[in-house]
Amino acid sequence: MFSYIIRRLISAVILLLIVSAVTFGIFFLLPKLAGQSTDQLAQQYIGKAPTPADIAAVKKNLGLDKPVYEQYWDFLKGIFAGVDYKFGPEAARCHVPCFGYSFKTHLEVWPEIQSRLPVTLSLAAGAAVLWVLSGVATGVLSALRPGSIFDRMAMGVALAGVSLPMFFTGALALALFTYQWPIFERSDYVPLLDDPFGWARTLVLPWVTLAFLYSALYARLTRAGMLETLSEDYIRTARAKGLRERRVVIRHGLRAALTPIITVFGMDLGLLLGGALITEQVFSLKGVGAFAVDSINANDLPNILGVTLLAAFFIVICNLVVDVLYAAVDPRVRLS
Amino acid sequence: MTDSSEDKTTAAGQPAAEGTAPAEASGAATAKAAAPEAEVPEATPAEAAAPEADATEAEASETDVTPVEAAPEPEAEAEPKTEAVPKPVAEPVAASGGTPSAFLEVRDLKVHFPTDDGLVKSVDGLTFRLEKGKTLGIVGESGSGKSVTSLAIMGLHRASRQQRSKVRMSGEIWLDGKELVSAEPDEVRRLRGRQMAMIFQDPLSALHPFYTVGSQIVEAYRVHHDVDKKTARKRAVEMLDRVGIPQPDKRVDDHPHQFSGGMRQRAMIAMALVNNPELLIADEPTTALDVTVQAQILDLIRDLQKEFGSAVIIITHDLGVVAELADDLLVMYGGRCVERGPSDKVFATPQHPYTWGLLGSMPRIDRDQTDRLIPVKGSPPSLINVPSGCAFNPRCPYADVPKDNVTRTVRPELQQVDGRHYSACHLPQEERQRIWTEEIAPKL
Repeated sequence: MFSYIIRRLISAVILLLIVSAVTFGIFFLLPKLAGQSTDQLAQQYIGKAPTPADIAAVKKNLGLDKPVYEQYWDFLKGIFAGVDYKFGPEAARCHVPCFGYSFKTHLEVWPEIQSRLPVTLSLAAGAAVLWVLSGVATGVLSALRPGSIFDRMAMGVALAGVSLPMFFTGALALALFTYQWPIFERSDYVPLLDDPFGWARTLVLPWVTLAFLYSALYARLTRAGMLETLSEDYIRTARAKGLRERRVVIRHGLRAALTPIITVFGMDLGLLLGGALITEQVFSLKGVGAFAVDSINANDLPNILGVTLLAAFFIVICNLVVDVLYAAVDPRVRLS
Repeated sequence: MTDSSEDKTTAAGQPAAEGTAPAEASGAATAKAAAPEAEVPEATPAEAAAPEADATEAEASETDVTPVEAAPEPEAEAEPKTEAVPKPVAEPVAASGGTPSAFLEVRDLKVHFPTDDGLVKSVDGLTFRLEKGKTLGIVGESGSGKSVTSLAIMGLHRASRQQRSKVRMSGEIWLDGKELVSAEPDEVRRLRGRQMAMIFQDPLSALHPFYTVGSQIVEAYRVHHDVDKKTARKRAVEMLDRVGIPQPDKRVDDHPHQFSGGMRQRAMIAMALVNNPELLIADEPTTALDVTVQAQILDLIRDLQKEFGSAVIIITHDLGVVAELADDLLVMYGGRCVERGPSDKVFATPQHPYTWGLLGSMPRIDRDQTDRLIPVKGSPPSLINVPSGCAFNPRCPYADVPKDNVTRTVRPELQQVDGRHYSACHLPQEERQRIWTEEIAPKL
């Protein structure tokens, strides 16, 4: 078990290296291949009407004149050791983990991301709790009475949830619950530790809207899984023991139907932790996703690179956790 | 297999087959008149040995939430009793009425499943009885209704709401004086695992892969016994030891996939017997096992039966298994019993062409290897469109022997051959006896 986790961690690091190399390549190698000069790249750091001397200085300072693989190496070194940039008279220290400086704001990338992480984490975690609970519960109830009115209604709503895009349901929720009936005022994110109640209040709408989308998916997934498990032989055995139907369904049926749900959940949560782009945009939450969108609009390569690597990191970690959980849930899975 | 010359004794007990048909036709008609809204699916004249009971039970199972008194109404039972007078030897079990004396008695059991393609008559009028300490073998090919019958006794067609919406059951199942078809599903649930238990065909898929063998046995014990986990675990270890699993105190914490096939089936048996059930149903308990393990499992079942004195139903398509274990034999075809009786009688003088077919297709070590097996031609009948008349007629080599095309128009009822030996065949008894002695027996 322990050696398995170590091995998985090593392969996770390798995966992250590959992701970073590819992303770095896309941002710094492709423009070169496409004919963009290093001058043009350097120009993005400076702003309007730079003098040739400025460009040359920036190029040298940022190492843009070096070959790409050397730049990549410096980039990696920066993440683990930090970098000292020599702009003007004083050296500027980019702290570990250094993803460089923003083209536009000239701020370090990581602290920028870091300051937005709590918003994204809060959003993802709260929505995840909601959607897992509601989705799985709906799916189980539907599976218990397939074809019933509840089942049909639930699956109809689920279909709507899957089909309606976030920017529609989100905007609708905002229109209804902040303008029409101002139950939830629009306000900025309040840190959890400062004011738990305010924290929850600002996040309820995004949570519910996001959870609606996902719980629809999970309800359908759970229903299908439950219907399959409930026809298994061991369910018949459980009934033959004289167990109450509720115990048969939950302890014997749901337990087995949960494994595929755990897999999907790991992926979804990992993706969301890297930033819920649309949700954050719709609800004006200043999270990692909104940061990514802003950075993309501003063509701010270092920021985009940082966010991309962070997202990849979350996905890799979540998958690792899922695999370990899998072994805990299903004893047939041997971690070796 | 040698043929004992019982021609003379058996001939005496044979009633006239033609004589019974009109009497039954009128019986079916009264049933329809008495309860027109009840489900009497396409009552052919020869159907329904106890039609009145059938109708009331059909109603009862339709509305299975209403508490229906388990004991059938005396009026309802009176009719088939009088009706049974003209043919006293045909169906003594079905005609007795009231609470039976036998430990397990199944009367005119019908299990139908409405589907989009039509009504699947998986079991269509099955009657038998079984005493404690005895073993009944139910034989037949896939789709003959053996497993459906056993699940019906266990109440496993009506365990969940979803299942209840998919099944139509009628008839009576009496277990130790309690009627199960009309009983509340929760009442039957409380009997499951305690008074009656079941062993399934494939122990790998029948055991939950995520729980240890021990915890599954503990669970089975604790549903019916209010004991703490430690006591239940001790009981589980004891049972594993009893069914011959080495180091039971260690293996109790293993998961099913860590057991071999034979051990899994032993664990399954331990789980079934943990509450000392009085009825044990084994549904093809050896089919999924290695041949070397099969005999061990059969020995185990036999030993345990002796020890616990329980009634055992063993369901199989392997005649070797029943020859080994069963006191009585019931041969099923197309959802109905075509022959039943003490197993030595049935093996010695089988009275139905389908039974001959089963015997002919059984490999035997004492037969010349140059002799071919004699398979039953054709394929099992559709349970939606069961062939009219005798369900076996399309595959029966003797279907044209009886006069007037009777095999294709009239469904044969069980007729006494001799003692408790019954068979449902239109062939005249002398003719059957002749065919068996002269044509079939020598080839086996």
